[in-house]
Amino acid sequence: MSHNRRRLSQVAAGTGAVALLVAGCGGARVGASTGPGAGGAAAGNLRCGQINLAMNDWVGYTADGAVYSYVAEHSMGCTVKQIPLAEQVSWQGFSTGQVDLILENWGHADLAKKYITQQKVAVDLGANGNIGQIGWFVPPWMVTKYPGILDWKNLNKYASLFKTSESGGQGELLDGDPSYVTNDAALVKNLHLNYKVVVGGSEAALITSFRQAQTHKTPLLAYFYSPQWFLSEVDLKKVSLPKYTPGCDANLKTITCDYPTDQLNKVAATAFATKNPAGFLLAKAFNWTNQDQDVVAKYIAEDKMTPAAAAAKWVKANRTIVNNWLLGIPGAKPL
Amino acid sequence: MSAGALVSGLSVRKIRSRWVWLILAAAWLALYLAFHGTSTLPLSASSTTSVQNNLNSFNNNISNGRNSNPVFLYGVNYVQVGMTHFVSFLQSLISQPGFGRPAPLIGWLGVIAIVGFVSWLTAGWKYAVLGVVGFYILGLQGLWQESMDTLALTIAAVLIAVVIGVPLGIWIGLHDRAQHIVLPVLGFLQTMPSFVYLAPLTLLFLIGNASATIATLIFAIPPVIRLTDHGIRAVAEPTIEASDSLGSTTWQKLVKVLLPMSRRTIVLGINQTMMAALSMVTIAALISAPGLGQVVIDALQTLDVGTAFNGGLAIVVMAIVLDRTTSAVGERSQQVGGRHLLGPQARRLAFGAGAVVTLWAVVESAMYVWANTFPSSPTIGPAIVAGASNASNWVQSTFSGITVGLRNDVTIAFLNPLQSMLTNAPFWLVILGLCAIAMIIGNARVAIVTLISLLLIVGTGVWQDAMQTLAMTIVATVLTLIIGIAVGVWMGRNRQVDRFIRPILDAFQVMPAFVYLVPFLALFGASRFTAIIAAMAFAIPVVVKVVADGIHGVPAPAIEAATAAGSSTWQLITRVQLPLATRSLALAANQGLIYVLSMVVVGGMVGAGALGYDVYSGFVQAPLFGKGLAAGLAIVLLGVVLDHISQSAANRIDPSRH
Amino acid sequence: MSGSMTPPTARLAPDGRAGDLEAPDDEGLLRVRDLWKVFGKRAAEIQGSQDLRALSRRELIDQTGCTAAVRDVSFDVAVGEVFVIMGLSGSGKSTLVRCLTRLIEPTGGSIEFDQSDLLQVDHKQLREVRRRQVSMVFQQFGLLPHRSVVSNVAYGLEIRGAGKAERVARAHEMIELVGLSGYENSFPHQLSGGMQQRVGLARALAVDPKMMLFDEPFSALDPLIRRDMQAEVIRLHHEMGKTMVFVTHDLSEALKLGDRILIMRDGEAIQLGTGDELVGAPADDYVRDFVRDVPRQDVLTLRWLAQPAKPGEDLGGLALSQHTLVRDAIRPVLESSSRVRVMDKDRLVGLVGREEILAILTSDQK
Ligand SMILES: Nc1ncnc2c1ncn2[C@@H]1O[C@H](COP(=O)(O)OP(=O)(O)OP(=O)(O)O)[C@@H](O)[C@H]1O
Ligand SMILES: [Mg+2]
Repeated sequence: MSHNRRRLSQVAAGTGAVALLVAGCGGARVGASTGPGAGGAAAGNLRCGQINLAMNDWVGYTADGAVYSYVAEHSMGCTVKQIPLAEQVSWQGFSTGQVDLILENWGHADLAKKYITQQKVAVDLGANGNIGQIGWFVPPWMVTKYPGILDWKNLNKYASLFKTSESGGQGELLDGDPSYVTNDAALVKNLHLNYKVVVGGSEAALITSFRQAQTHKTPLLAYFYSPQWFLSEVDLKKVSLPKYTPGCDANLKTITCDYPTDQLNKVAATAFATKNPAGFLLAKAFNWTNQDQDVVAKYIAEDKMTPAAAAAKWVKANRTIVNNWLLGIPGAKPL
Repeated sequence: MSAGALVSGLSVRKIRSRWVWLILAAAWLALYLAFHGTSTLPLSASSTTSVQNNLNSFNNNISNGRNSNPVFLYGVNYVQVGMTHFVSFLQSLISQPGFGRPAPLIGWLGVIAIVGFVSWLTAGWKYAVLGVVGFYILGLQGLWQESMDTLALTIAAVLIAVVIGVPLGIWIGLHDRAQHIVLPVLGFLQTMPSFVYLAPLTLLFLIGNASATIATLIFAIPPVIRLTDHGIRAVAEPTIEASDSLGSTTWQKLVKVLLPMSRRTIVLGINQTMMAALSMVTIAALISAPGLGQVVIDALQTLDVGTAFNGGLAIVVMAIVLDRTTSAVGERSQQVGGRHLLGPQARRLAFGAGAVVTLWAVVESAMYVWANTFPSSPTIGPAIVAGASNASNWVQSTFSGITVGLRNDVTIAFLNPLQSMLTNAPFWLVILGLCAIAMIIGNARVAIVTLISLLLIVGTGVWQDAMQTLAMTIVATVLTLIIGIAVGVWMGRNRQVDRFIRPILDAFQVMPAFVYLVPFLALFGASRFTAIIAAMAFAIPVVVKVVADGIHGVPAPAIEAATAAGSSTWQLITRVQLPLATRSLALAANQGLIYVLSMVVVGGMVGAGALGYDVYSGFVQAPLFGKGLAAGLAIVLLGVVLDHISQSAANRIDPSRH
Repeated sequence: MSGSMTPPTARLAPDGRAGDLEAPDDEGLLRVRDLWKVFGKRAAEIQGSQDLRALSRRELIDQTGCTAAVRDVSFDVAVGEVFVIMGLSGSGKSTLVRCLTRLIEPTGGSIEFDQSDLLQVDHKQLREVRRRQVSMVFQQFGLLPHRSVVSNVAYGLEIRGAGKAERVARAHEMIELVGLSGYENSFPHQLSGGMQQRVGLARALAVDPKMMLFDEPFSALDPLIRRDMQAEVIRLHHEMGKTMVFVTHDLSEALKLGDRILIMRDGEAIQLGTGDELVGAPADDYVRDFVRDVPRQDVLTLRWLAQPAKPGEDLGGLALSQHTLVRDAIRPVLESSSRVRVMDKDRLVGLVGREEILAILTSDQK
């Protein structure tokens, strides 16, 4: 037994020597500077450190994050650490100090109250330029086939079209992910619509349903929103509800009006401003339109580009917009 | 007891209880007609009850105390730091830059060499080949780094699970009272949907590897504890007594008798823990766990079925390698004094050579780029992505006509009636009915457990949702059993078929559900039926395996006798094999129920609503946390009820118990 | 059975306890007194209550849910004696023999082994007793499946901390003793049942104990091998003279091996005596039933048949020792013209004639 063990250790020692010898011949060594960018970042690190960027899981956000990261890294030499997170967990990250920045926030009044007003660990950095529009949509083929379907007043007329196994004899209004702001149940009730809200449960459920509806020409009425990359694949048509007026959605019990257009905003950790002024200023300046975001989102979702490549492509084509963001930031080099 | 006597014994009992069933069913229906629509305890999607709100504020209090509460400062925070370092250390070894280097210490060549060498030492050369090929495929898929991240996290979780789980399993294996306390907790951990604790975990242990590891740990640790306990308890009494009679101390008994003799079972436990850890990969990605889960989740954003499948396939490949190798280690620890191909001298030489090669590969991969970073070509990734998405598109466009019809039929014929009966009946009537069933199938104890669990569900405030989920669970389980038994019988009767189907079943069990949700959604739309199908996809494999093993285990003499008496194949199956495998069928039903239930939350993402949607809402919306937790508890409680009833059905059938 | 026999010494005392407790000579190695073992939650309570202790086993289960597996058993075992415990299944044999080294903790009574009361010693001392003084052989062998034969045999020595060389040498010796040479490196699953039990035997012998306990060691073996193993135990007993306590429910085994036999029923000692005492004077119907099928000519000795001389009878015939087995006396008695004298040394015990012998032979025939 012990005899064997000694043998083995001899073998092991011999092995080490041989291995070191053999390893002497090879190609490029690990650590010899290889890719571009590594050196540049090192020089810029003096001015801009690491930014912890929450990455929420929809493509529009991926586009925001990719462009912000590209600019921060290439113009200011920051290191952006992208942390893939669900929305609510991202906000929690402000309180634990692990998240510096959320680039596209859809409302979340409750979280804003908790983390901005009460705990004061986060601050609102203003609009990111995207306008969020929630509404009820139908696939485009229905518009020509069923005239007037885009007016809510005709929805009851067409209710039987939208009947499914889930809607129990009424028309189906398909809702999405539970994190979305929705007044649908109240609207259906208050507008006396012969519909039932069915919870799809995820964005994937919504998009797949619309895709099938358009390809197979099946009827579908569902909650959707822009900006959203899928709109560039299928141009969904929005049903108009009674016009939104400020305050008409104050009471959910009696609400009868359409969704407001939302200014999507950026939220940062309170400490971000002092910890990383450059990153903070860039976040504050970051602002682009729905069209801009849709372009990048399309690169990613449909053209299957990596987010970084998509961002680079967009930035190259839109230097003026980007350089505008960089104007007020000391030490940022224009792209 | 002869087979014939057993079967006729069963049918006598059946006839006697048939009257009881009929009378009770009639009484229940009468009450239903009289009272339906009353006391149905509805609660709309966005409303909450006071119990749920209390759960919510409890959660808030915890999160607010993060930096002041001593429990955090001295306990949780240290755990967080320790775990984070541990995982980062493993990552710098194989997946991420670290130790001041721009690349992991051990590159792909080194990792593959180690996998091959270790599998060879512990499991045999076949497994070495499997490991090498499997891991090389991960690289070819273009997912080397992601795979290594997942591997690092899995190793971390499994190591911690073993360090905690094996001693705990030994302890409860030796102490009945401890076992009575721990086992239900394990059941709770396994059925509580992880979405419920995902968000609170990130508050406690921060976003990142620590939380991801702990989430994985919570879900994955029960099997190793259970099986260690089981292994310790299964050590033959005479052997323990013999050791005692020679004056062994407790410690000597443990290390010289109990542990060696239960090694195989413990290894099996580790194997199952490993599989469970791998199945958490995608969910842990939601709180930023790196690796293959991230690939799947990202792909889902753009409904990129191909890429998601590629990621899922990598998880399957890794699971197959780890599963087969650890199982082989378990098998091997059983057979002592086995035969070897080579003599001891030659073997020592071969191992020496293996060690040299491995060490060379490790050193080479540490020093040179070619052996460190997996080459980007050749690659099979794009081919897999394209193939999977083409297949998915083809399926979607070809079958969607039929599938919608199928969905409508099943929903109208079975699901809707059952659901409306459960949701329209007053809650007390449902409780009464289920308790009666528990009483008849099981005994007073089962009925009491059922009663308490159902009352607790009433307390959680999500009664109606629970009833909807129950209806879907029942329909899904019945369909699962029909298909599972059919395939299982086929497999059990034919080893050839078994060998062919089993790997596919394995793959379905580890393939993350997120991968096949999109095609299912396309085929069936966002509906309860889609949720049922998703649950079936997950539950059928285990049912098939249990049934196949049961059928295969039917004693040969019984079949010979029946064949000699001139039975047709159908008679053989229905009169001999199925009756003799009843115990397995009952076990299959039990497992089927539990697996279906574990897919409830995923169902909530494809249109099932009910408890699954509540749990998921609690994860994504802070104000609904309490409700999500309540719904999670309701799922656990439903699990307890269904488990107890189906277990007692199994025990009732089993002639060896009473 | 004929009641005409004059039962000699061993008899149950009127209070139901075995009368003849004392070992044949005074060097008692083991002295068990008033031993009780009650299984169940309320064991302690029963021990303290005279009323409960007086209940039958059945009544006790009904009233308290507890099983009295051993009830008030007392006996002595002498150095070098083979002491057999017998009884039907469930009569408490295994429990009793396990109580002797507290593998099962007795609920009451005393066990004096080699002058020390085992029920008083602490766990460390108890372990020492198990390691050096008393070893056991089990019905199910209880071998360690992951260890080779040598290592199984050496297990007891290993546990008490013996050096490797010493224990391997001793193990080889024992393996040779039980006739397993050549199988040292085999694993238990590669051996037949009989061979496995030889390993169990060697393991128990290896620690060189003062006393060996056997719990139905051969009942899992087929009859031929069982006979071999019994011969083996007899041989070992001759060679090494170990004291043995041997549990069996096979009467012929008991008679073959045992110096004395204790018969148990429902946890109680019913009768204690040598084989011929049990057959010749069964204490009750239970024991009688037990010994019914024993060929009495093989067990009984002439003293059981001896009849007082009739007045004026011829006392000049053949003389045989009272310990002669009936079997061996058949021919001389049948051939003798007068009744044969049965002698205890020089004293005349009585006379045996054809009638008595034929009575035994006909009852054996049935
Ligand atoms: N651990 C236990 N707990 C409760 N009751 C027990 C236990 N062990 C034994 N008994 C009971 O004690 C009684 C005596 O059992 P024991 O095993 O000593 O009988 P035995 O004479 O050895 O029988 P066998 O010939 O079948 O081995 C039986 O009624 C049994 O049910
Ligand atoms: Mg016994």
